[in-house]
Amino acid sequence: MRFLDAFRDVESVRRLAAEIASLGPGRSVRLMHVCGTHENALCRWGLRDILPPWLKLIAGPGCPVCVCPAADIDMAVRVAADHGAILATFGDVVRVPARQTLMQAKAAGADIRVVYSISDAISIAASEPSRVVVFFAVGFETTACTTAAALTKATPNNFFVLSSHRVIPTALDALLSIPGPRLDGFLMPGHVMTVTGTKAFRDIAARFNVPMVVGGFEPVDIMLAVKELVLMVKDGRAEVGNAYTRSVRAHGNEVAITAMEKVFEVRDAAWRGIGTIKASGLAIRPELSHKDAMVRFGLQPDDTIPDTEPGCQCGEVLLGRLEPEDCPLFSTVCNTEHPVGPCMVSFEGTCAARYRHGVRR
Amino acid sequence: MNDDRITLGHGSGGRLTHELVETVFKKTLADEMLDTSCDSAIIGPISGHIAMTTDAFVVSPLFFEGGDIGSLAINGTVNDLAVAGAEPRFISASFILEEGLCISDVSRIAASMARAASLAGVHVVAGDTKVVERGHGDGVYITTTGIGKMRDEPPAGIQAVQPGDIVLVSGPVGDHGAVIAAHRNGLEVEGGLTSDCASVATLVDAMYDAGVRPVFMRDPTRGGLATVLAEVASSCGLPVEIYEKDIPVRAGVTAVCDVLGIDPLYLACEGRVVVFTRPEQAATALDALRSRPEGALSTVIGRVMPGGAGPVVLVTRFGGRRLYDILASDPLPRIC
Repeated sequence: MRFLDAFRDVESVRRLAAEIASLGPGRSVRLMHVCGTHENALCRWGLRDILPPWLKLIAGPGCPVCVCPAADIDMAVRVAADHGAILATFGDVVRVPARQTLMQAKAAGADIRVVYSISDAISIAASEPSRVVVFFAVGFETTACTTAAALTKATPNNFFVLSSHRVIPTALDALLSIPGPRLDGFLMPGHVMTVTGTKAFRDIAARFNVPMVVGGFEPVDIMLAVKELVLMVKDGRAEVGNAYTRSVRAHGNEVAITAMEKVFEVRDAAWRGIGTIKASGLAIRPELSHKDAMVRFGLQPDDTIPDTEPGCQCGEVLLGRLEPEDCPLFSTVCNTEHPVGPCMVSFEGTCAARYRHGVRR
Repeated sequence: MNDDRITLGHGSGGRLTHELVETVFKKTLADEMLDTSCDSAIIGPISGHIAMTTDAFVVSPLFFEGGDIGSLAINGTVNDLAVAGAEPRFISASFILEEGLCISDVSRIAASMARAASLAGVHVVAGDTKVVERGHGDGVYITTTGIGKMRDEPPAGIQAVQPGDIVLVSGPVGDHGAVIAAHRNGLEVEGGLTSDCASVATLVDAMYDAGVRPVFMRDPTRGGLATVLAEVASSCGLPVEIYEKDIPVRAGVTAVCDVLGIDPLYLACEGRVVVFTRPEQAATALDALRSRPEGALSTVIGRVMPGGAGPVVLVTRFGGRRLYDILASDPLPRIC
C-alpha cells in the first residue's frame, strides 16, 4: 500500500499540475492517449480538471475490444454455434455488437465461456478432451504475448486459437497518416510499451515529428508523462520519452517479443471504425496451423457485416475526433446496460469510461 | 446432534422438525418472547405508528470475517427500521435450509442472531423452517421481518432534503462488500478485512438523544454510498457534492478495489448510516455519532448544493471532479 500511496500523493500531483501550468507555450496543446486504462484513470481522479485550460487530453483508439471488427466476432460465433466448439474469451468481448453478439449466441445454446486468461481456456480443453476448445484471442501486445507464450509450449490436441490480435505501432503510424487536426504529442500506454519497449516507436516519432512519452496509470505517473510531453512540445523535440521507468525499458520484454515472433506473422487487419491498417494484425504462423482455428474450421471473415449501427459514431470517437458526450446516442439510447456501439461495451472503451464516471449528454 | 446434517425430514413438520426447533432455534435464540407452541407471536401493545419491513438474505459465503448470514439477517432488518425513524422492537425469521447442511452451522447462525438481536435490543418472536433438496439452495437463506415503533419526530424524508443540508457517514465505507468480494475472488489482504456488519439503531438513538432531527437517513447496503447519494440527488432534484479526502475508506478496502477494478463507493456497507441534516444540526449529529464506539470514525463527507437537478459530484483529492450515478451492473471480467 505504501508503495502505491506515493503515486497518489496529493502534494506531488498538485506540484506537477502547477509545473505543467507554468510551461504554457502560449498556444493550445492537443495530446492524445491510446489506452483505455489511461481514460479510466483520468476520469477516476478528475485529472483533466487540474490541467491548464490550454492543454487538451484526447482519447484515441485505446481499447482492443472496441476495435475488434464485427467480422471477427462473427467468426467466433460461428465456431461455437455452427461447429459446436467451446468458445472461450475475455468477458468484455461477449457483448460486442456483430450480426449476433457472443452473449446472444450463448443464450441461443452455443457453448461460450468467459475466462480471465488463455491458461483458463487450456484448462477447459484439458478437462474436456472430447470437446474442441477455441480461445478467441483479442487484444494488443499486452495479451498477444500471453497467447504467444501459451502456443510456444505444448497444448492439448483439442485446443485452438482464433487470433484477432492487433499491434499498436503500425496503428499509430496509420492514425498519424490520416489527415485531420494536428496532434501535438502522444501519452503512450505503459502496458503495451512494457512489452514493445520505447525503441519500437522512435521511427514513428521522428517521421511524423511528434513527441511521445510513456506513462503509467497512477496520478503521479500520468502527470509526470504529461509534463515531459509538454516540455518536448515546447522545445520541438520529437523523441520517445519514458516516464514509467519502473516497468518500461527501451528494448521492451525481449522474451515476450521473441515468443510473439515465433508464433505470429504480421498481416493487414481490419479495425472497427477505422478500416484496414497495413501490417497491424497478428495471424498464427503456418508452422502452427494445427493450432489455428481459422485453418481447423476453414473460416473466412465476412466483410459485409456492418461494423457500426446507423447513427453510431464510435469510429469518430476512436479517432479522437468526437467526444463521447457529443454523440447523439451517448447516454440517451446507448449506455452500459444497452450498448449500441463497441466503445460503450468494453470497460476500456472511451464511451463506457465516461458513462461509468457519470458523464451524461 | 451437532455432528448431524440437515435432512429433508427436518422440514417435514414432524418429529425431526420439532427437535430442530426446540434444541437449536429455541434453545440458542433464548428469547422469552419466542413461544414455539403458538402459531403466532402476540406482541404489544404499541401506541402510535408502526414501521414494518422485510428482507431476504442469501449471502455467500455464509460465514465471513466480522459476521455471518445470521448477524446480517438481524442487523439488516434492524437497520431498515432504524433509518426509517423507528425503534426496532420485534423480528421474525424464516429459514430455508439446504439438505446436507451441518446442524452445527445452523446452531452457529442462530447463536449469532441471538447476539445481534440482544445488541440491537430486539426480540426474535417467530420463525419458520423449510428444507430444500441438496443443490436447490445455497446452504441457508434467511428472511427476516421486523416491526418497530415510529419515533414522534421521524425524519422528514428524501423529498425534504434541501440545499445546504450536510451529509454524514458513520464510519469507513465498503468494508462488508470488500470482505465478500475478497472471499469470492480468493484474495487475502495484509492486516485482514472485517465486515462492518452491526446495528445502527444505537447511532440513531444517540443522535435523537442529542436533539438531532435528521432530514433523511439510509443504510448504504447494496450499491453502496454512491447509490444512496445518487438516489437522493435524483429524488430531491438537487446535486450532492462530496469530498474524496473526507470519505473514510480503509487501506485494505482500497487494495481489494484496486485489484478487482471496483469502486469502494459502490461497495455494500452493513453497519453504517448515511445521514442528511440541516447545517445547524450537523456538528451535534457528528458529536453524537462519534460518542458511540461504532460511530467513532464518523465524518462529514459533503453537502447538498443549490440549483438544477444534478448528479453526485465527487471532488477528488486533487481537486478534480468526477460524477456518480446509480450502480448499473456488476462488471464482467476484464481483458486487461
